[in-house]
Amino acid sequence: MTSLTLVRRIRARPSIVFEAMTTPDGIAQWWGPDAGPVLLAESDARMGGRFQVRFRTLDGTEHESTGEYLEVVASKRLVMSWRWTTGGEPDEHDEVSRVEIDFKPIDAGTEITFTHARLKTEASRSSHEAGWAGALDKLVRHLSSERIAGGRAHDLSEEHAK
Amino acid sequence: MVNYQERQLDRTFAALVDRTRRAILARLEREHSASVTELAEPFAIKLPAVMKHLDVLESAGLITRSKAGRVVTVRLRPQPMKEAMDWLRRYERFWSGSLDRLAAYAERKEEEARRKAR
Repeated sequence: MTSLTLVRRIRARPSIVFEAMTTPDGIAQWWGPDAGPVLLAESDARMGGRFQVRFRTLDGTEHESTGEYLEVVASKRLVMSWRWTTGGEPDEHDEVSRVEIDFKPIDAGTEITFTHARLKTEASRSSHEAGWAGALDKLVRHLSSERIAGGRAHDLSEEHAK
Repeated sequence: MVNYQERQLDRTFAALVDRTRRAILARLEREHSASVTELAEPFAIKLPAVMKHLDVLESAGLITRSKAGRVVTVRLRPQPMKEAMDWLRRYERFWSGSLDRLAAYAERKEEEARRKAR
């Protein structure tokens, strides 16, 4: 089992961040790792409601994920199941993972703690069991000459994979 | 293409599961290259066993072997490991990119809301 946690501080109040995350209009504005378009955004953000999002990345591939809202506390907490149905991680089309987002008000706006948990494939399982991931990471860091420096668009962000 | 990459990933992960093989890679990373005899030295296993580990690493594309006279020199080939790390980082990239965009969008909405409130 592998999980990924990201923490972001956003200069906007929790209700605005929550709305951006849960409404189809909001989702259409940001979903996807690059500037590629969101092609379909459906979201019924209440317990038992579903979401479905399809997007295209700049390399031209299309991806779609779907899931169910398991916990919805307005402006505070969101939990949903997650499954790739197109693109994404083809190995994981039958796997259901879990996304948890906590929204915390801070002076500057909102701190979100975002976790994508229960990621599992043969590869991530074996890597976890063998416990080599950390060592490998170090190795690759040494070797990789074209590694991108850590700077991100948001200075306040920090993140770690575990 | 995808299948090829997945098979390559499986080979990389399978090769890295073994502690002796990881030690060999770590040493090659430090010393750039080493002879088979030098690599075998720290291990309490016989040369043929080391050769078998090197076979696995070579078929996974993680090392190259070149022979000059009677000396076989082993070198690291980092590409497959980079690809394995890319796999692990793909989710991170997806969400990191998405959340950056989410932040930019929410901050625009916040500014709009403040302008309207004035």
